[in-house]
Amino acid sequence: MTVKSVGQAIAEALSLALEMDEGVFLAGEGIGTSININPHLPTHQLLERFGARRVRDTPVSEAAIAGLAVGASCMGLKPVVEIMYFPFFTLASDMIINHAAKLRYLSGGLSSFPLTVRIKSGLFSAGCQHSHYLESWLTHVPGLKVVYPSNPADAKGLLLSAVFDPDPVVIIEEMPLYWSIHDEVPEGDVRVPLGQARLARQGRDVTLVTYGGAVHVALQAADVLAEEGIALEVIDLRSLLPLDTATVLASVRKTGRFVTLHDATRFCGFGAELVATVAEACHGELKAPPRRVAAPDIPVPFTPPQEDFYRPSAETVAATVRELVRTS
Amino acid sequence: MQPQLDRHLRFTLLSDMVLIRAFEDRISELSRERGRLPGMQITCHGQEAIAAGVVRAMIEQDVIVTNHRSHGHMLARGVDPKTLMAEIMGKRDGLNRGKSGTLHLADPGRNVLMTSTVVGAAPLLGMGAAFAQNYRQEQAATCVFFGDGAAAEGSVHEAMNMAAVWKLPVLFVCESNRWAGAQGHDEHCPIERVADRAPGYAMPGVVVDGNDVEAVYIAAHRLLEACRAGKGPAFLECLTYRMHGHGEMDVQHYVDKDELAAWDKRDPIELYIEVLQTEGLLDSRDAVEQQAVQTVDAAVAFADASPYPPPEEALEHIYVQPIGQEG
Repeated sequence: MTVKSVGQAIAEALSLALEMDEGVFLAGEGIGTSININPHLPTHQLLERFGARRVRDTPVSEAAIAGLAVGASCMGLKPVVEIMYFPFFTLASDMIINHAAKLRYLSGGLSSFPLTVRIKSGLFSAGCQHSHYLESWLTHVPGLKVVYPSNPADAKGLLLSAVFDPDPVVIIEEMPLYWSIHDEVPEGDVRVPLGQARLARQGRDVTLVTYGGAVHVALQAADVLAEEGIALEVIDLRSLLPLDTATVLASVRKTGRFVTLHDATRFCGFGAELVATVAEACHGELKAPPRRVAAPDIPVPFTPPQEDFYRPSAETVAATVRELVRTS
Repeated sequence: MQPQLDRHLRFTLLSDMVLIRAFEDRISELSRERGRLPGMQITCHGQEAIAAGVVRAMIEQDVIVTNHRSHGHMLARGVDPKTLMAEIMGKRDGLNRGKSGTLHLADPGRNVLMTSTVVGAAPLLGMGAAFAQNYRQEQAATCVFFGDGAAAEGSVHEAMNMAAVWKLPVLFVCESNRWAGAQGHDEHCPIERVADRAPGYAMPGVVVDGNDVEAVYIAAHRLLEACRAGKGPAFLECLTYRMHGHGEMDVQHYVDKDELAAWDKRDPIELYIEVLQTEGLLDSRDAVEQQAVQTVDAAVAFADASPYPPPEEALEHIYVQPIGQEG
């Protein structure tokens, strides 16, 4: 085990995948020669190590990056392409949604698309054309798998699973985590299976389900609540599709109270699906109605106080949980 | 090098075109019987010379990415007419188990890699396939077929740009049939020749008479050899005309009847039969036409005999590794 940042952990997964399988190649805007030099960026120095055949800087051309991945994966390669910023995925979405996700089905199982799309996400004072959490668009597409790591070990292990999964996988990476979160990462090809949630913190009073950077916000809230005698159980989903429903429901049956948290906007967000899943399966076992904590239904604002206002805080989470316990 | 058009190849080009026509004539006929052919049938009537000419210029390792008007490309590639017809009818024994119908046919075993019916998307897929050929240093190329209408999509620009920057072995085959839905060429394209855009991407843009099967074959053969030799992508525009509409239900009320009649006089099959007869290579067209009709009869009988797949099979083929069975 070595302590690594999320960015370094992703870089290690990419290096391992490139070493292990000649069919793996990387492509994206500035993934080889970037305008940024930062050892916590996931593709830092991979061009120098693996050469321009394996690590391809592309034109600024998201549809072509995605088309490259779909066409090359159908030929048996394992492309790992990067979309620089989640909102730009809209430009790549035809290739991923209408082609990667559907052409296996339409071919009656004759074709497959073992591609991975890494999407850089997060808030970084750039406004809503560079920051937009669109994960529930993606989870609404049968044929895709969608994963969303929160820490270095998972970022490495989930990415390795994604690269070697025979189906198209989208992995959403929150850029601020690249350098802000450091933790121990197992050496070598240690994979985290897609579709298995992680119990991030055990608790008896309330179940909170979340993913990505919001996991850290939830853990902060749990610390505050613990001092007040409220034990919050935090589940880090790791994969949104496939979804580990069993772990979520088992926890809700234990605590009888349910909260979801995400940085995406509330309306039709992934939390809505989680609440529906819980309500359908354990209506009679809930002590109170489920609650959602999410961003307000606005585009991501630019100015720092408004950007902070957008992001659900540990205080908001704690207040919601407190209220839930008090009223039930 | 100028390819050899020997007697065997010339008969192959003719019999391909005649089979495609017979197959699609039957589709037109069947589509008028309510319920026999579900959905919208889009044919390549009048464009058979492009399918036969380009596909026969390919080597076995070359790959096809195609679009709505794919029957011709598939038949020329040797896809089994029986499973093709069964697929178009949505039957269990269809090429794609009834999941595709006419619109999304794929036969990866014959390197008919994918079909996209998102207009203009196929060139991106073809560029990606050509990347894989280049990455593996295969002596092979990818042919991607699209229409002049599709060339209005930005995706075609992105595909040509990336293919050219990376010198990928892809032949962009534009079947310029003068129509994009109900919009004529002048309404959807500001220039007469789409191939004029090719030099803007540093690739050759060749224009041929798309109703002259030998001209198509020769041009495609030359450009594909260059692609395989590492000279990068090329653009081949085949000038033709869409004889049927955008689907068999389209009565083409917006098409000038005289224009249609003029192009009917330039039917690629009739033109080629005349060439072969003038050269004394073809006594009678009857044998080749009879054989095509027999093949189509057998395909329809096979398709009719096959049942529809069970509804529950709709739940299959979404993932290679289905959700819930990971690790």
